[in-house]
Amino acid sequence: MGESIIAFLETWSPIDIVLIAQNFDRFLWGALVTLQLTVISLIVGGLLSIPLAIIRSGNNPFLNAPVWAFTYLFRGTPLLVQTYLIYYGLGQFEWIRQTVVWEPILSQAWWCALIAFSLNTAAYTTELLRGSIITTSKGEVEAAKACGLGKWMRLRRIVLPSAFRRALPAYSNEVIFMLHGSVVASTITIQDLLGVGRWLNGRYYLAYEGFITAAVMYLIIVLLVSRGFRLWEKHWLKHLYPLDAVEAKPKKGLASFRV
Amino acid sequence: MDLIIEYQAQLLSGTWVTIRLALLSLMISVMCGLLGAWAKLSKNFVAQKTAAGYTTIVRGVPDLVLILLVFYGGQELVNSLGLATGLWDYVEISQFAAGVGTIGIVFGGYMTETFRGAIIAIPKGQIEAGVACGMDRITIFRRVIWPQMVRYALPGFSNNWLVQIKSTALVSVIGLQDVVYNGFVAGKSTRQLFTFMFAVLMIYLVLTAISDLGLRWLDRKYSKGIVRSDNG
Repeated sequence: MGESIIAFLETWSPIDIVLIAQNFDRFLWGALVTLQLTVISLIVGGLLSIPLAIIRSGNNPFLNAPVWAFTYLFRGTPLLVQTYLIYYGLGQFEWIRQTVVWEPILSQAWWCALIAFSLNTAAYTTELLRGSIITTSKGEVEAAKACGLGKWMRLRRIVLPSAFRRALPAYSNEVIFMLHGSVVASTITIQDLLGVGRWLNGRYYLAYEGFITAAVMYLIIVLLVSRGFRLWEKHWLKHLYPLDAVEAKPKKGLASFRV
Repeated sequence: MDLIIEYQAQLLSGTWVTIRLALLSLMISVMCGLLGAWAKLSKNFVAQKTAAGYTTIVRGVPDLVLILLVFYGGQELVNSLGLATGLWDYVEISQFAAGVGTIGIVFGGYMTETFRGAIIAIPKGQIEAGVACGMDRITIFRRVIWPQMVRYALPGFSNNWLVQIKSTALVSVIGLQDVVYNGFVAGKSTRQLFTFMFAVLMIYLVLTAISDLGLRWLDRKYSKGIVRSDNG
Protein backbone atom coordinates (compact mmCIF):
# COMPACT_ATOMS: atom_id res chain seq x y z
CA MET A 1 0.00 0.00 0.00
CA GLY A 2 2.60 2.53 1.14
CA GLU A 3 4.92 1.60 -1.69
CA SER A 4 2.21 1.94 -4.29
CA ILE A 5 1.39 5.42 -3.02
CA ILE A 6 5.05 6.38 -3.29
CA ALA A 7 5.24 4.89 -6.76
CA PHE A 8 2.14 6.82 -7.75
CA LEU A 9 3.56 10.08 -6.40
CA GLU A 10 6.89 9.51 -8.13
CA THR A 11 5.28 9.01 -11.50
CA TRP A 12 2.35 11.40 -11.49
CA SER A 13 2.93 14.27 -9.09
CA PRO A 14 4.08 17.46 -10.84
CA ILE A 15 6.30 18.26 -7.88
CA ASP A 16 8.63 15.83 -6.20
CA ILE A 17 6.71 15.18 -2.98
CA VAL A 18 8.90 12.24 -1.98
CA LEU A 19 12.01 14.40 -2.06
CA ILE A 20 10.31 17.04 0.08
CA ALA A 21 9.25 14.36 2.57
CA GLN A 22 12.79 13.02 2.73
CA ASN A 23 14.15 16.47 3.53
CA PHE A 24 11.28 17.54 5.72
CA ASP A 25 13.35 17.52 8.90
CA ARG A 26 15.60 20.15 7.35
CA PHE A 27 12.58 22.32 6.67
CA LEU A 28 11.52 21.95 10.28
CA TRP A 29 14.98 23.06 11.42
CA GLY A 30 14.74 25.97 9.00
CA ALA A 31 11.38 26.96 10.43
CA LEU A 32 12.94 26.81 13.89
CA VAL A 33 15.73 29.18 12.84
CA THR A 34 13.17 31.55 11.31
CA LEU A 35 11.06 31.53 14.46
CA GLN A 36 14.11 31.88 16.68
CA LEU A 37 15.38 34.96 14.79
CA THR A 38 11.92 36.50 14.68
CA VAL A 39 11.02 35.93 18.31
CA ILE A 40 14.37 37.01 19.77
CA SER A 41 14.50 40.16 17.64
CA LEU A 42 10.91 40.98 18.56
CA ILE A 43 11.76 40.66 22.25
CA VAL A 44 14.96 42.70 22.01
CA GLY A 45 13.37 45.28 19.71
CA GLY A 46 10.26 45.47 21.87
CA LEU A 47 12.25 46.07 25.03
CA LEU A 48 14.32 48.75 23.28
CA SER A 49 11.23 50.45 21.93
CA ILE A 50 9.58 51.11 25.31
CA PRO A 51 12.08 53.70 26.60
CA LEU A 52 12.47 55.11 23.08
CA ALA A 53 8.70 55.56 22.71
CA ILE A 54 8.54 57.30 26.09
CA ILE A 55 11.27 59.68 24.93
CA ARG A 56 9.53 60.25 21.58
CA SER A 57 6.23 61.08 23.25
CA GLY A 58 7.86 63.52 25.65
CA ASN A 59 9.04 66.97 24.67
CA ASN A 60 12.72 67.00 25.41
CA PRO A 61 14.29 68.08 22.10
CA PHE A 62 17.79 66.82 22.97
CA LEU A 63 16.52 63.29 23.53
CA ASN A 64 13.75 63.40 20.98
CA ALA A 65 15.85 64.37 17.95
CA PRO A 66 18.30 61.44 17.99
CA VAL A 67 15.51 58.93 18.58
CA TRP A 68 13.53 60.47 15.74
CA ALA A 69 16.59 60.21 13.47
CA PHE A 70 17.01 56.55 14.42
CA THR A 71 13.41 55.63 13.66
CA TYR A 72 13.40 57.69 10.47
CA LEU A 73 16.54 55.99 9.18
CA PHE A 74 15.37 52.48 9.97
CA ARG A 75 11.80 52.96 8.79
CA GLY A 76 12.78 54.70 5.58
CA THR A 77 15.22 52.09 4.26
CA PRO A 78 14.98 48.41 3.29
CA LEU A 79 15.78 45.76 5.89
CA LEU A 80 17.91 43.98 3.28
CA VAL A 81 20.27 46.96 2.98
CA GLN A 82 20.40 47.39 6.76
CA THR A 83 21.38 43.75 7.14
CA TYR A 84 24.03 44.02 4.40
CA LEU A 85 25.38 47.16 6.05
CA ILE A 86 25.92 45.35 9.33
CA TYR A 87 27.04 41.95 8.00
CA TYR A 88 29.21 42.99 5.05
CA GLY A 89 29.82 46.63 5.91
CA LEU A 90 31.28 46.55 9.42
CA GLY A 91 34.30 44.51 8.28
CA GLN A 92 35.50 47.55 6.35
CA PHE A 93 36.76 49.14 9.56
CA GLU A 94 40.02 47.80 10.91
CA TRP A 95 39.26 48.98 14.44
CA ILE A 96 36.01 47.02 14.56
CA ARG A 97 37.84 43.88 13.47
CA GLN A 98 40.27 44.44 16.35
CA THR A 99 37.60 44.50 19.06
CA VAL A 100 36.67 41.48 21.17
CA VAL A 101 33.11 41.34 19.81
CA TRP A 102 34.27 40.90 16.20
CA GLU A 103 35.13 37.22 16.28
CA PRO A 104 32.19 35.82 18.29
CA ILE A 105 29.44 38.24 17.22
CA LEU A 106 29.95 40.79 14.47
CA SER A 107 31.52 38.38 11.99
CA GLN A 108 28.71 35.84 12.44
CA ALA A 109 25.77 35.98 10.04
CA TRP A 110 23.24 34.91 12.69
CA TRP A 111 24.20 37.67 15.11
CA CYS A 112 24.31 40.30 12.39
CA ALA A 113 20.82 39.32 11.23
CA LEU A 114 19.62 39.46 14.82
CA ILE A 115 21.10 42.93 15.36
CA ALA A 116 19.64 44.28 12.12
CA PHE A 117 16.19 42.78 12.76
CA SER A 118 16.11 43.99 16.38
CA LEU A 119 17.00 47.56 15.45
CA ASN A 120 14.50 47.51 12.59
CA THR A 121 11.58 46.28 14.66
CA ALA A 122 12.59 48.59 17.51
CA ALA A 123 12.22 51.56 15.15
CA TYR A 124 8.77 50.52 13.93
CA THR A 125 7.53 49.58 17.39
CA THR A 126 8.78 52.87 18.85
CA GLU A 127 6.63 54.93 16.48
CA LEU A 128 3.69 52.60 16.97
CA LEU A 129 3.87 52.85 20.75
CA ARG A 130 4.40 56.59 20.57
CA GLY A 131 1.18 56.96 18.59
CA SER A 132 -0.59 54.90 21.18
CA ILE A 133 0.91 56.80 24.16
CA ILE A 134 0.06 60.27 22.86
CA THR A 135 -3.54 59.30 22.20
CA THR A 136 -4.15 58.29 25.81
CA SER A 137 -7.25 60.19 26.84
CA LYS A 138 -6.50 63.34 28.77
CA GLY A 139 -9.08 62.56 31.42
CA GLU A 140 -7.23 59.42 32.51
CA VAL A 141 -3.99 61.33 32.97
CA GLU A 142 -5.74 64.17 34.80
CA ALA A 143 -7.47 61.72 37.10
CA ALA A 144 -4.12 60.10 37.86
CA LYS A 145 -2.64 63.52 38.62
CA ALA A 146 -5.57 64.32 40.88
CA CYS A 147 -4.93 61.08 42.76
CA GLY A 148 -1.40 62.30 43.37
CA LEU A 149 0.46 59.83 41.17
CA GLY A 150 3.93 61.01 40.18
CA LYS A 151 5.20 61.12 36.63
CA TRP A 152 6.70 57.60 36.58
CA MET A 153 3.86 56.06 38.53
CA ARG A 154 1.41 57.58 36.04
CA LEU A 155 3.37 56.14 33.16
CA ARG A 156 3.67 52.71 34.73
CA ARG A 157 0.18 52.35 36.10
CA ILE A 158 -2.04 54.36 33.75
CA VAL A 159 -0.49 55.35 30.44
CA LEU A 160 1.57 52.32 29.43
CA PRO A 161 -0.93 49.54 30.24
CA SER A 162 -3.64 51.17 28.18
CA ALA A 163 -1.21 52.18 25.43
CA PHE A 164 0.02 48.57 25.11
CA ARG A 165 -3.50 47.32 24.72
CA ARG A 166 -4.46 49.83 22.10
CA ALA A 167 -1.24 49.17 20.20
CA LEU A 168 -1.99 45.45 19.99
CA PRO A 169 -3.79 45.31 16.60
CA ALA A 170 -1.06 47.34 14.91
CA TYR A 171 1.61 45.31 16.69
CA SER A 172 0.24 42.08 15.25
CA ASN A 173 0.96 43.55 11.82
CA GLU A 174 4.48 44.34 12.92
CA VAL A 175 5.01 40.77 14.11
CA ILE A 176 3.92 39.38 10.74
CA PHE A 177 6.00 42.00 8.98
CA MET A 178 9.05 40.89 10.97
CA LEU A 179 8.34 37.23 10.20
CA HIS A 180 8.23 38.13 6.51
CA GLY A 181 11.32 40.28 6.87
CA SER A 182 13.29 37.43 8.40
CA VAL A 183 13.67 35.87 4.92
CA VAL A 184 16.47 38.39 4.48
CA ALA A 185 18.53 36.08 6.70
CA SER A 186 18.72 33.58 3.85
CA THR A 187 20.59 36.13 1.73
CA ILE A 188 23.45 36.24 4.22
CA THR A 189 23.99 32.46 4.21
CA ILE A 190 21.68 31.59 7.13
CA GLN A 191 19.72 28.34 6.73
CA ASP A 192 16.33 29.65 7.74
CA LEU A 193 13.12 28.33 6.19
CA LEU A 194 13.74 30.03 2.86
CA GLY A 195 17.44 29.18 3.11
CA VAL A 196 16.57 25.46 3.27
CA GLY A 197 14.24 25.88 0.28
CA ARG A 198 17.01 27.52 -1.71
CA TRP A 199 19.46 24.82 -0.63
CA LEU A 200 17.10 22.04 -1.77
CA ASN A 201 16.50 23.67 -5.15
CA GLY A 202 20.20 24.27 -5.64
CA ARG A 203 21.26 20.79 -4.62
CA TYR A 204 18.76 18.86 -6.76
CA TYR A 205 18.52 21.45 -9.51
CA LEU A 206 14.81 22.06 -9.02
CA ALA A 207 12.60 25.03 -9.79
CA TYR A 208 9.59 24.76 -7.47
CA GLU A 209 9.83 22.24 -4.66
CA GLY A 210 11.94 24.12 -2.13
CA PHE A 211 10.18 27.45 -2.60
CA ILE A 212 6.68 25.96 -2.55
CA THR A 213 7.38 24.03 0.65
CA ALA A 214 8.83 27.15 2.26
CA ALA A 215 5.87 29.23 1.04
CA VAL A 216 3.32 26.82 2.50
CA MET A 217 5.14 26.67 5.82
CA TYR A 218 5.37 30.47 6.04
CA LEU A 219 1.66 30.68 5.26
CA ILE A 220 0.83 28.25 8.07
CA ILE A 221 3.00 30.15 10.57
CA VAL A 222 1.45 33.50 9.58
CA LEU A 223 -2.09 32.14 9.86
CA LEU A 224 -1.36 30.68 13.29
CA VAL A 225 0.23 33.92 14.51
CA SER A 226 -2.65 36.09 13.32
CA ARG A 227 -5.18 33.70 14.83
CA GLY A 228 -3.31 33.91 18.12
CA PHE A 229 -3.29 37.68 18.05
CA ARG A 230 -7.00 37.81 17.31
CA LEU A 231 -7.71 35.72 20.41
CA TRP A 232 -5.37 37.89 22.42
CA GLU A 233 -7.06 41.05 21.19
CA LYS A 234 -10.45 39.67 22.09
CA HIS A 235 -9.20 39.17 25.62
CA TRP A 236 -7.31 42.41 26.16
CA LEU A 237 -9.48 44.82 24.19
CA LYS A 238 -12.88 43.61 25.33
CA HIS A 239 -13.52 46.84 27.22
CA LEU A 240 -13.00 48.91 24.06
CA TYR A 241 -15.62 47.23 21.88
CA PRO A 242 -19.06 48.82 21.66
CA LEU A 243 -21.36 46.89 23.97
CA ASP A 244 -23.60 45.24 21.40
CA ALA A 245 -20.71 44.49 19.04
CA VAL A 246 -19.26 41.83 21.30
CA GLU A 247 -21.95 39.36 20.34
CA ALA A 248 -23.37 40.76 17.12
CA LYS A 249 -21.43 40.29 13.92
CA PRO A 250 -20.33 43.49 12.19
CA LYS A 251 -22.62 44.50 9.35
CA LYS A 252 -21.26 44.31 5.86
CA GLY A 253 -21.34 47.67 4.13
CA LEU A 254 -22.62 48.49 0.69
CA ALA A 255 -25.22 45.76 0.53
CA SER A 256 -27.33 47.50 -2.06
CA PHE A 257 -24.58 48.54 -4.42
CA ARG A 258 -22.08 46.54 -6.35
CA VAL A 259 -19.16 48.44 -7.76
CA MET B 1 33.18 59.99 -0.63
CA ASP B 2 35.56 60.13 -3.60
CA LEU B 3 34.75 56.51 -4.32
CA ILE B 4 31.04 57.24 -4.40
CA ILE B 5 31.63 59.98 -6.95
CA GLU B 6 33.79 57.60 -8.96
CA TYR B 7 31.01 55.02 -8.98
CA GLN B 8 28.12 57.46 -9.28
CA ALA B 9 27.19 56.24 -12.76
CA GLN B 10 26.49 52.72 -11.44
CA LEU B 11 24.62 54.03 -8.42
CA LEU B 12 22.49 56.36 -10.52
CA SER B 13 21.64 53.74 -13.13
CA GLY B 14 20.72 51.38 -10.30
CA THR B 15 18.56 54.04 -8.72
CA TRP B 16 16.78 54.55 -12.02
CA VAL B 17 16.07 50.79 -12.23
CA THR B 18 14.71 50.89 -8.66
CA ILE B 19 12.45 53.85 -9.47
CA ARG B 20 11.07 52.23 -12.62
CA LEU B 21 10.58 48.95 -10.78
CA ALA B 22 8.71 50.71 -7.99
CA LEU B 23 6.47 52.80 -10.24
CA LEU B 24 5.55 49.98 -12.63
CA SER B 25 4.80 47.59 -9.79
CA LEU B 26 2.74 50.33 -8.13
CA MET B 27 0.57 50.54 -11.24
CA ILE B 28 0.06 46.79 -11.22
CA SER B 29 -0.73 46.75 -7.51
CA VAL B 30 -3.31 49.53 -7.83
CA MET B 31 -5.02 47.63 -10.64
CA CYS B 32 -4.93 44.36 -8.68
CA GLY B 33 -6.18 46.25 -5.63
CA LEU B 34 -9.17 47.76 -7.42
CA LEU B 35 -10.01 44.44 -9.01
CA GLY B 36 -9.62 42.65 -5.68
CA ALA B 37 -11.74 45.17 -3.81
CA TRP B 38 -14.43 44.90 -6.47
CA ALA B 39 -14.36 41.11 -6.20
CA LYS B 40 -14.47 41.15 -2.40
CA LEU B 41 -17.49 43.47 -2.37
CA SER B 42 -19.37 41.76 -5.17
CA LYS B 43 -22.17 39.32 -4.49
CA ASN B 44 -20.58 36.75 -6.75
CA PHE B 45 -19.52 33.82 -4.59
CA VAL B 46 -16.65 32.71 -6.84
CA ALA B 47 -15.23 36.24 -7.13
CA GLN B 48 -15.44 36.68 -3.36
CA LYS B 49 -13.66 33.42 -2.57
CA THR B 50 -11.00 33.96 -5.24
CA ALA B 51 -10.22 37.41 -3.87
CA ALA B 52 -10.14 36.05 -0.31
CA GLY B 53 -7.71 33.31 -1.34
CA TYR B 54 -5.56 35.80 -3.22
CA THR B 55 -5.19 38.21 -0.32
CA THR B 56 -4.56 35.40 2.18
CA ILE B 57 -1.78 33.80 0.15
CA VAL B 58 -0.15 36.99 -0.95
CA ARG B 59 -0.16 38.53 2.51
CA GLY B 60 0.82 35.30 4.20
CA VAL B 61 3.88 34.34 2.16
CA PRO B 62 6.97 36.58 2.32
CA ASP B 63 7.57 38.53 -0.89
CA LEU B 64 11.08 37.19 -1.46
CA VAL B 65 9.75 33.62 -1.50
CA LEU B 66 7.22 34.57 -4.16
CA ILE B 67 9.81 36.48 -6.18
CA LEU B 68 12.10 33.43 -6.23
CA LEU B 69 9.19 31.13 -7.01
CA VAL B 70 8.04 33.25 -9.93
CA PHE B 71 11.53 33.86 -11.28
CA TYR B 72 12.76 30.26 -11.17
CA GLY B 73 9.53 28.29 -11.10
CA GLY B 74 7.57 30.55 -13.44
CA GLN B 75 10.28 30.24 -16.07
CA GLU B 76 10.16 26.47 -15.94
CA LEU B 77 6.36 26.41 -15.91
CA VAL B 78 6.06 28.68 -18.94
CA ASN B 79 8.63 26.65 -20.85
CA SER B 80 7.20 23.24 -20.04
CA LEU B 81 3.77 24.53 -21.04
CA GLY B 82 5.26 25.80 -24.29
CA LEU B 83 6.97 22.46 -24.86
CA ALA B 84 3.78 20.51 -24.15
CA THR B 85 1.51 22.61 -26.31
CA GLY B 86 4.06 23.61 -28.93
CA LEU B 87 2.63 27.14 -28.91
CA TRP B 88 5.83 29.00 -28.12
CA ASP B 89 9.58 28.45 -28.09
CA TYR B 90 11.94 28.93 -25.17
CA VAL B 91 10.91 32.00 -23.21
CA GLU B 92 13.10 33.77 -20.74
CA ILE B 93 11.47 35.75 -17.94
CA SER B 94 13.68 38.73 -17.21
CA GLN B 95 14.55 39.65 -13.64
CA PHE B 96 12.83 42.96 -14.17
CA ALA B 97 9.58 41.40 -15.36
CA ALA B 98 9.57 38.84 -12.55
CA GLY B 99 10.25 41.59 -9.99
CA VAL B 100 7.64 44.03 -11.29
CA GLY B 101 5.01 41.33 -11.66
CA THR B 102 5.53 39.69 -8.29
CA ILE B 103 5.86 42.87 -6.24
CA GLY B 104 2.86 44.34 -8.07
CA ILE B 105 0.71 41.30 -7.36
CA VAL B 106 1.87 41.00 -3.74
CA PHE B 107 1.10 44.61 -2.93
CA GLY B 108 -2.13 44.32 -4.86
CA GLY B 109 -3.24 42.12 -1.97
CA TYR B 110 -2.52 44.88 0.53
CA MET B 111 -4.14 47.48 -1.74
CA THR B 112 -7.24 45.27 -1.97
CA GLU B 113 -7.76 45.53 1.78
CA THR B 114 -7.09 49.27 1.76
CA PHE B 115 -9.50 49.98 -1.08
CA ARG B 116 -12.15 47.67 0.31
CA GLY B 117 -12.06 49.49 3.64
CA ALA B 118 -12.22 52.85 1.88
CA ILE B 119 -15.25 51.90 -0.19
CA ILE B 120 -17.06 50.54 2.86
CA ALA B 121 -16.36 53.81 4.69
CA ILE B 122 -18.45 55.79 2.20
CA PRO B 123 -21.91 56.35 3.69
CA LYS B 124 -24.47 54.21 1.88
CA GLY B 125 -26.93 57.08 1.69
CA GLN B 126 -24.71 58.90 -0.77
CA ILE B 127 -24.76 55.99 -3.17
CA GLU B 128 -28.52 55.70 -2.80
CA ALA B 129 -28.79 59.43 -3.43
CA GLY B 130 -26.77 58.94 -6.61
CA VAL B 131 -29.13 56.21 -7.70
CA ALA B 132 -32.11 58.45 -6.89
CA CYS B 133 -30.62 61.21 -9.07
CA GLY B 134 -30.59 58.76 -11.94
CA MET B 135 -26.83 58.26 -12.18
CA ASP B 136 -25.67 55.02 -13.76
CA ARG B 137 -23.12 52.82 -12.02
CA ILE B 138 -20.10 54.24 -13.81
CA THR B 139 -21.10 57.81 -13.02
CA ILE B 140 -21.66 56.90 -9.38
CA PHE B 141 -18.21 55.35 -9.25
CA ARG B 142 -16.60 58.33 -10.92
CA ARG B 143 -18.41 61.16 -9.15
CA VAL B 144 -19.34 59.72 -5.74
CA ILE B 145 -17.19 56.74 -4.86
CA TRP B 146 -13.78 57.47 -6.39
CA PRO B 147 -13.15 60.99 -4.95
CA GLN B 148 -14.05 59.84 -1.45
CA MET B 149 -12.45 56.46 -1.79
CA VAL B 150 -9.12 58.13 -2.59
CA ARG B 151 -9.40 60.23 0.55
CA TYR B 152 -10.25 57.30 2.80
CA ALA B 153 -7.67 55.06 1.17
CA LEU B 154 -4.78 57.53 1.23
CA PRO B 155 -3.35 56.75 4.68
CA GLY B 156 -3.32 53.01 3.95
CA PHE B 157 -2.12 53.59 0.41
CA SER B 158 0.76 55.76 1.61
CA ASN B 159 1.80 53.11 4.04
CA ASN B 160 1.66 50.38 1.38
CA TRP B 161 3.63 52.47 -1.06
CA LEU B 162 6.42 53.18 1.41
CA VAL B 163 6.71 49.45 2.16
CA GLN B 164 6.57 48.65 -1.55
CA ILE B 165 9.49 50.94 -2.45
CA LYS B 166 11.59 49.21 0.17
CA SER B 167 10.53 45.77 -1.03
CA THR B 168 12.01 46.45 -4.44
CA ALA B 169 15.42 45.96 -2.79
CA LEU B 170 14.70 42.23 -2.66
CA VAL B 171 14.84 41.95 -6.44
CA SER B 172 18.62 42.36 -6.20
CA VAL B 173 18.63 38.80 -4.83
CA ILE B 174 17.66 37.40 -8.27
CA GLY B 175 20.38 39.50 -9.87
CA LEU B 176 18.51 42.55 -11.16
CA GLN B 177 20.99 45.41 -11.30
CA ASP B 178 19.11 47.79 -9.08
CA VAL B 179 20.67 50.23 -6.64
CA VAL B 180 21.36 47.55 -4.01
CA TYR B 181 23.02 45.19 -6.49
CA ASN B 182 25.16 47.89 -8.08
CA GLY B 183 26.09 49.33 -4.71
CA PHE B 184 27.04 45.89 -3.47
CA VAL B 185 29.21 45.11 -6.49
CA ALA B 186 30.94 48.49 -6.27
CA GLY B 187 31.49 48.06 -2.54
CA LYS B 188 32.91 44.60 -3.00
CA SER B 189 35.37 45.59 -5.70
CA THR B 190 36.63 48.57 -3.69
CA ARG B 191 36.46 46.74 -0.32
CA GLN B 192 34.39 49.64 0.99
CA LEU B 193 31.06 47.89 1.54
CA PHE B 194 30.04 50.05 4.47
CA THR B 195 30.50 53.24 2.48
CA PHE B 196 28.49 51.95 -0.45
CA MET B 197 25.73 50.31 1.56
CA PHE B 198 25.37 53.54 3.51
CA ALA B 199 25.10 55.45 0.24
CA VAL B 200 22.36 53.03 -0.88
CA LEU B 201 20.61 53.56 2.44
CA MET B 202 20.69 57.31 1.86
CA ILE B 203 19.32 56.92 -1.68
CA TYR B 204 16.35 54.98 -0.31
CA LEU B 205 15.86 57.62 2.36
CA VAL B 206 15.68 60.30 -0.34
CA LEU B 207 13.21 58.23 -2.36
CA THR B 208 10.92 57.70 0.62
CA ALA B 209 11.20 61.36 1.62
CA ILE B 210 10.18 62.48 -1.88
CA SER B 211 7.24 60.05 -1.88
CA ASP B 212 6.22 61.38 1.49
CA LEU B 213 6.04 64.91 0.10
CA GLY B 214 4.04 63.73 -2.92
CA LEU B 215 1.61 61.81 -0.74
CA ARG B 216 1.09 64.80 1.51
CA TRP B 217 0.28 66.91 -1.51
CA LEU B 218 -2.26 64.32 -2.63
CA ASP B 219 -3.73 64.22 0.84
CA ARG B 220 -4.20 68.00 0.85
CA LYS B 221 -5.72 67.89 -2.62
CA TYR B 222 -8.27 65.22 -1.77
CA SER B 223 -9.11 66.57 1.69
CA LYS B 224 -10.12 69.99 0.46
CA GLY B 225 -13.20 71.18 2.26
CA ILE B 226 -12.89 68.51 4.93
CA VAL B 227 -12.59 69.64 8.51
CA ARG B 228 -10.31 67.38 10.47
CA SER B 229 -11.35 66.72 14.02
CA ASP B 230 -8.71 67.85 16.44
CA ASN B 231 -7.99 65.42 19.24
CA GLY B 232 -5.05 67.34 20.64
